[in-house]
Parts: sequence; structure tokens; C-alpha cells
Amino acid sequence: MTEETTLKKRGVPLWAQIIVWALLVGFLIMVGIGLKRASNPMAEIGGAVPDFRIVYYEGYEYNGKSEMKLSDLRGKVVLVNIWASWCKPCEQEAPELEEAWQLYKDADDVVFIGVDYVDTPEGAFGYLKKFGITFPNAPDLQSTISSILNRQMGVPETYLIDRQGVLRQVKIGPFASVAELQAFIGLAD
Amino acid sequence: MVAEFGFSILAVSFFVAIYSGIAAAFGVKKQSSALIESARRAQLLTFPLISLAAASLIYLLVKNHFEVSFVYQVTSKSMPTYLKVTAWWGGQAGSLVFWSWLLAAFTSAVTLRKWNRDIEFLPWIIVISAITLTFFLGLVVFFENPFTRFWQDASGQILMGMNGDPIKSVFMPSGALAPFIPADGRGLNPLLRHPGMVIHPPMLYLGFVSFVIPYAFAMAALITGRADDRWIRLTRRWALWAWLFLSLGLVFGGRWAYDVLGWGGYWGWDPVEIAAFMPWLTGTAFLHSVMIQEKRGLLKHWNMLLIILTYELVIFGTFLTRSGVLSSVHAFANSPIGPMFMGFVSLSLIASVALLIKRWPELKSEVEMKSMLSREALFLLNNLLFIGILVVCFWGVISPLASELFTGTKITVGPPYYERATGPLFAGLLFLMAVAPLSAWGHSTVQTLGRALWKTFAAAAVITLILFFAYTHNGYALLGFFLVAFVLLTTLQEFWRGASARMSAQKENFFVALSRLAKRNRRRYGGYIVHISMALMAIGILGIEIFQMETQGTVAAGQSLELGEYRVEYRELASWDDIGAGVNYTRSVVDIYENGIYLGKLYPRIDYYYDSQQNMTIPGQHATLRDDLYILLVDWQPVSAQGATFKIYVNPLVNWLWIGSLLFIFGLVFAAWPDRDPAEAPVRRKVRAENKQAIG
Amino acid sequence: MKDRGRRTKKAPASCRLPIAQYFAFALVLAALTGFFVAQSARAQETTPSDDEVNAIAKHLYCPVCENTPLDVCPTEACRQWRELIRQMLAEGKSEQEIKDYFVANYGARVLAEPPRAGVNWLFYLVPPILILGGAFALFSAFRAWMKPKVAESDSGREAAGASSSDDEYVRRIEEELKKRK
Repeated sequence: MTEETTLKKRGVPLWAQIIVWALLVGFLIMVGIGLKRASNPMAEIGGAVPDFRIVYYEGYEYNGKSEMKLSDLRGKVVLVNIWASWCKPCEQEAPELEEAWQLYKDADDVVFIGVDYVDTPEGAFGYLKKFGITFPNAPDLQSTISSILNRQMGVPETYLIDRQGVLRQVKIGPFASVAELQAFIGLAD
Repeated sequence: MVAEFGFSILAVSFFVAIYSGIAAAFGVKKQSSALIESARRAQLLTFPLISLAAASLIYLLVKNHFEVSFVYQVTSKSMPTYLKVTAWWGGQAGSLVFWSWLLAAFTSAVTLRKWNRDIEFLPWIIVISAITLTFFLGLVVFFENPFTRFWQDASGQILMGMNGDPIKSVFMPSGALAPFIPADGRGLNPLLRHPGMVIHPPMLYLGFVSFVIPYAFAMAALITGRADDRWIRLTRRWALWAWLFLSLGLVFGGRWAYDVLGWGGYWGWDPVEIAAFMPWLTGTAFLHSVMIQEKRGLLKHWNMLLIILTYELVIFGTFLTRSGVLSSVHAFANSPIGPMFMGFVSLSLIASVALLIKRWPELKSEVEMKSMLSREALFLLNNLLFIGILVVCFWGVISPLASELFTGTKITVGPPYYERATGPLFAGLLFLMAVAPLSAWGHSTVQTLGRALWKTFAAAAVITLILFFAYTHNGYALLGFFLVAFVLLTTLQEFWRGASARMSAQKENFFVALSRLAKRNRRRYGGYIVHISMALMAIGILGIEIFQMETQGTVAAGQSLELGEYRVEYRELASWDDIGAGVNYTRSVVDIYENGIYLGKLYPRIDYYYDSQQNMTIPGQHATLRDDLYILLVDWQPVSAQGATFKIYVNPLVNWLWIGSLLFIFGLVFAAWPDRDPAEAPVRRKVRAENKQAIG
Repeated sequence: MKDRGRRTKKAPASCRLPIAQYFAFALVLAALTGFFVAQSARAQETTPSDDEVNAIAKHLYCPVCENTPLDVCPTEACRQWRELIRQMLAEGKSEQEIKDYFVANYGARVLAEPPRAGVNWLFYLVPPILILGGAFALFSAFRAWMKPKVAESDSGREAAGASSSDDEYVRRIEEELKKRK
């Protein structure tokens, strides 16, 4: 072997090894994190809920404000109900939700927020009108809210956030009765 | 009984697999051929063992043992027996058993071969495949057990666990009285009840699993430090068969999508499709580049890297499909095996790469490259293009994941990205397909290549001109058809030149000359047939991708929709239940006309499966070599048959895709067919005897 | 990668900041709610055809089901979205406006490709850089491989080949056949 040919037949240079390993390990870590998130898609119960903005639908507001952050509601129990007009089970619980809201709204200690998950305006307004929903409702713009609460959102899902902004309870699927809803809200204290 | 038996057998084979791996490794360390032989026998034992477990599972499936949760998930009473058998691979747990079974079968076939001068590979091949087999059997035994059953307590109620789900276990848990037998199973996903789906997964798995063998040989070569191309020669046929099965899996998958999914296409660049496509890409690159190592002793590192990549992509692809890390229409439901797969992919990837880096200096090239137009240089270019497509695909699959992690936004990477990015690379591959076969090993120049190619190049240009004036002004289409014509003409010319050279030299007639020529060098001429089939498939792909037409409309009975030269007249619609099969059929009848001439009736329909509450949209198809008329029933008025909505596609040239696929199978089987090597045949028996002595 | 530049124009180019998106959404929403009544009468006269709707739906993805284009997605939700497209078309919205509306509402994943803005450029740049890098590496490897021998023996053989390329070809075939025996 001549000088030239042995030159390129030495081992892999250190810098190349470092690059290869860095890429490999970085890639594996990324997939690992992705996997971890895929297997725990939901916000942790007992953990603080990351803040998000709420821009209410036309005709809806809370305390005279048409948009706010979740953190503006500290000190109050927040019930986030996620629904969609194309979702049949949501229709089962819609009257109960409104009925329960009537019980809580005057005390102003518990706030209901309806979050409309990927929906059309026409469908949404039709739904809200059909069930006479009066508690504040907002679209889930770009699925921001649902992706904070649950990356694999199905509807309906209801999230109970306590006065300190900590997620206390989650209900997957519709509520059967007002009593069930009240018991659920009771878990915030 | 059967469930316990099946599970016990699986558990035993798990331990046998572990033993064979450890015994083989120790056998090498202690230089004990007895230990290695024991490992080999243990390995051979895994195949009958897993076969027994699989037979138990099939028995349970066919006999409607719904107390077994896997049987409950994938079958129902109304399914025909053949579907109950194929439901074996219709769910996660069963398909893992299927994987293990294939792997045990292939490894056994390998360990049974003659080992005379390659005996040093044997223990390491057992080790590598035992590790893989142990992994898959471990998944089945500990995480995705197909033999777990439902149980009932004394009151006949199904036994529930702490988390509110029914308890599932193989053996009777405390508090249980007997297995709980549901009245009927949930039934196989109707999308999977198509003959194409019956064949598609096993073909893919066959392809996946057979790539484990070349990988095992490559690792054995790295571990033993045997740097020559012996491992490649030993696994050449394996790689070809693996590639054939993988390709068939992809083709059947495409055909199935075209017939069943009801979106007028065969390939949607879905992450899971791509997961199966990526090992195909590296496998194809590997098939080409090993030829350079065999002929010229070049690229030893590269071939190692390719086979490692292929193996890892097989495992990684399986991981992607089954872990829920990617969301996709094909994905299996979320499953606990994700982290296991992740660990296995990480470990095997790190180990393989470390081994390759360690042996890097020993894999020296023996010969120098002489010309940038030589066959080996063009093959390298081909590899670059295949790896380029791999990069595009890999990036497309991984970036939604990365985007969500780093920016928090979900993104979709759809067909436009893949088409735009891979289009030029595929065009480059077509060009190479035309040019490379005419270049010489070692040395070619522009003049020699030009002389060999100018005639077909000119002919292809003339064809393109004709197309330009007669049919289309679309630049992409013209470029595509030019390349296709160039490949077809050049490859056919190669057949003709080879045959006529033999005709004059051996005084044979054309057909004898052609067949003898091809049989003398199966790999080359089989490869040429595959090239021709690829060009034919390219015609179909160009046709549907560039010239597809569609329309949708709602019509009353007697009215029609028009698209291109076709007219579709809606006649009637009927809806009925098939109680036995648990399906509601809604079938429409349409008359089709081409330029006013009546062609016949088509029956686009929607099948609704009660057990899984799913719709299937079955198109009505009228297929010719020129185009496919593809009609979907989208919607209908339930009360009367007054109006129905149809979506109509005209898919030009798409049938060339399927014709090409058939030719492809022929070409590959031709290439992979064992040739009767007169020089080697008599030796073989003797060698086997010697081999036995050596081992014993 | 050659045609990337040429086809850029066709691709969606919605690249706004989140704030702007909310703003846009509010506008569109106001427009929609405000004009539903007024528009519905006019819309009936020129209802856009299924084909016009599908032409746009084809390039949008279902926000709830994964990787399914809106035009072929069979779910009820998707049917509603197609109706929304029809409605917006009837109001005279352009394809771009409809796409922007969908992005503002449902996020970037309704587009077939990520919007060309900000970090997303990384998405578009990495594959061509890697492939060109590979091509460069391959090319320099060629040059390194070729250095030692190029000058020596080849000119003579080439001249022989040039005289009758067919003979050369037959010779090559025979040679390879012999090798295999």
C-alpha cells in the first residue's frame, strides 16, 4: 500500500464519529420524547395547567370581557367543557351543562367555559342556539387549548381546574345528569 | 386448554431462543463446537415450537373461542373460515407471533445450509437472529399475549380489574370461576377483509423478516472480522427474495387501497406506507451496490451501512406502526410495546454502528475506481438517488414529530412535499436505468457510452415529439415519458444485442439465443426485466398523477354525469341486509357510455358492517389499457332512490402500473431462481457430508 | 430538487404571526356571522358545485382524522367542512382566503405542507442540503479514487474499443459468461 491509499483507509476520524453519535443519540432522544408524549397525551391531574388564551364567540363574554387568559380566572373553579357540533354524545350533556350553569352562575365562584373543538361557525352557532347555551363559549383556535389539555382529544371531555389553576379532575364522555356534574365540580375543593 | 398450551409453548420457545443465543456466543468464546451445535439445535427447535403455538392460535380463531381476548377482537361468528385464519395477523398480538414464526423458519433454513468454509459465521448468525427472535417472543409473552382470556366470577359476571377494564390472563386469576365467553366477537376491521389485505401484510412481513438474514450475515462478518465479500455472496438470494416480498407487499397494499379505500388512488404518502417504503429503498440500493463489491471489491463500508440501515428501518418501521408515536390511518392502537421497540431499535442501532466503526479500517477497497462513467460510478449515483429519496421520506415522516416537540404546532406533511421532492430523484433513477446497463465495469468514456446510446436516445426523443404534438404539452409528463421510452428502448436493445451476438456466434435461432442468454446470467437479465417493469409502472404513475380527472355530482335516476369521454347514467339503487355476514349493502346501478357507445353496467356500493360500525366504499371500475373509469357512491337519499351522489375518476394509464407489477414479479423470480450450476452440483453432496463431520 | 423553485407559487403561503391570525379569524368570523343571513339568499342562486368545493378540499386536510384530505374524508365533521368551503366560495372567497381561514381556525396541520415561514424553512431546506451534501461527498470520493491510475493504461484500450464496439461487447459478454462457469 502506498502512502496515499493507506491515508483514507485508516479508522473513522474522531470528528466524524462524534457527529455520527451525536446525530444518532439526538434522534433517538427525540423519538423517545415523542413516544413518551404519545403514551401520556393528557395533562397531568394534580399538575398546574399551562396558561392559554380564550377568545369568546360573538355574543359570549365573561365579566364583560370578550377575551381573557386562563390565569385571569385564578381564585375561581373553572370547568372547561370541550365539545363540537358534529359530536353526537355532546348533545346528550348539553342541556345538563346549561342547567347546572344556572345553579352556579350567580354565586360567581365556578366558571363554565365551553370550548368548541375544530368546528364550523355555522355548526357551532346552530348548536349553541339549539341548546340555549348561555355560559361563555369559545372556539379552540388552532386546537391550542385541546392540545394543552389532551393531545389525543376526543369530544366531549370536561376538565376541572381548581382555584390555584391545578387540574383536579377529567371526565371523558358526556355527563348523565346535573347531579353527576355537581358531584364532579365538588371535587375541586 | 388450548390457550394454556399455546402460551406455555410460546414461553418455552422464548427460553429456547435465549439459550440458543447464549450457547452460541459461549461456544465461540470457549471454542466449543459441541456448544455451538447445541445452540444450532436449540435454534432449529424454535421453529416447530412456534409453529405449535401458532397452530393453537389458529385453532382458537377458527373455533370461535371468544373467551380469548385476541380472538374476540379480530373475529366474529359471521366471518368465513379463511378470514378467521388470516385474522392471525390482523391484530397486534397475532402479527407478532407471525413475525416470530417467520423469523424462526428463515433462521432454521439458514442454519441447515452447508457451512463448510463459513463455519465461523454460524454461531454469530444464531446469536443475531436469536436476539431478534427473543425480542419478538418477549413482546408476545410479556406484553401482547394473544392467549389471554376473559374470566367470570361465581355470579357469571365478567371479572373486572382495578382500572375498570376486564381482567385478561392466560391462567385462572383468583376469584374467577371459569372463562367468560362473549356471545360473539367484534370482528375483523372490514377494511382488512379484502383479499388484498389478506396477502399484503404477510408479504410485507416476509420481506421484513428475510432482510434479517443478510443483516445477521453482515454482522457475523463484522464480528469475525472476515472482510471479504463472502457474506454478500451467501445472502445474495436472500436479499433478492426479501426484496421481492417487500415489493409485493407494497404493490398489494397499493392495489388494496385502490380497490377498497375509495379515494381513487393507490398511494397516499401516509407515514405508515412510507415506513414500509424506506427499507425497500435501502434494500434496492443494497441490491445494486453489492454488485460493485462482488465485481470490483469496492464499497465494503457502504454495503455494511446499507444492510444495517435496512434492518434498522425494518424494526423502526414496525415500531412506528405499532407504538402510536405517529398518528396514521394504518396505525395499530396505542400499545405498551412502544418503549420496548424503542429500546430495541436504540440498542441494535448503537451496537451495529459501533461495530461498523470498529471494523472500518479492515474493510478496505481492493481496487481503484477508474472512471466517473464506469458502471460502478453510475451504480454509486443510483445509490445516491435512492438514499436521497430515503432522506426525503425520513424527513417527511419525522418532521411532524419534531415540529410538535420543538414548536408545539402540529403539521401535516402530505403528498405535495413528497411528490415535488422525490420527482426529480425518480427521474434521475429512470435516466440511470437507461444509461448504466450500457456502461462497462471499470472503465467507460463519453464516446463509448454515447455510441451505445445515441440511437435509443434519438428514438425516445422522436416518441416524445409525437406525444407533444398528438397528446400533451405538459412538461413533466413529456420528460417522464421520454425517460420511460429511453429505458424501454435501451433495455430491449440490450436483449436484442445479446441475443443476436449469440445467434451469430452459436448459430442459434433468436428465441433459443434469447432464453439461453438470459438463463446464463439470470441476475443481469432478470434485472433488465425488472427495469422494464419499472418503466411500465412509471407509465401508470405518470398517467394517474398528472392526468387524473374527477367530478362529483348528485343525480336523479335517469340523469347522468359526464367526465372526459365517459358518461355515467344513474339507473337505480337498492339497499339490503345480509344477516349472516352482518353487513348492509347499498348498491347502485349505473350505465356507462364512452362517446355515446354503451359499455355496460357498474355497481358502486357502500358496505356497512354492523359489528364494527364501519363503512366501506367499493368503487365500480371499468379498466382498459388506456384508462380506468372509477366510480364511487358517495351518498344517497335514504327514503327513495331518487337521488344519489357519485364521485367519478378517470385514471389514465393506471393499469400499466399493475401490468408492470406482474412483469416485476416475473423478472425478480427469474433473477432469484436458483440456477443449476453444473460445476457445483456434484460437489455439494460431498461437502454436506464433510460439513456434518466438521460440526459433529 | 430542480423544480422546487418553479412550483413555489402554487403552494400555500400563509405566514402570519399568531396575533395576526387571531385578528384575521375575528374578522372572518364577524364577516361570516354578520353576513350569513344576507348571503344565504344570494348563495342559493349560485351554489358552487361539488367539483369546485373538492378542488379546494383536496388541498386541505381533515383537522380531526390524521392525514386524510378533506375531499375524500367520509366523516360527518368533514362533510360540515366541505359545506363551509361551499359557503365561503358562494361568498366569493378565494382559495387562498379559505385556506387562511382554515389555518387560523384549525392550525397549520390542515395544510398539506407546513407554511413557509420561520423555523419551517428548516423543513424545506434540510433534505436538499443533505442530498447536495451527499452528491458533493460522492463527487470528491470519485476524484480521490480516480487519482492513482487514470493516466496509465486506458487510452490504448479505448482506441481498440472504438474500432468495433460490437466486437468489444460480444467479448465482454463471453468473458463474463466464462467467469461464471
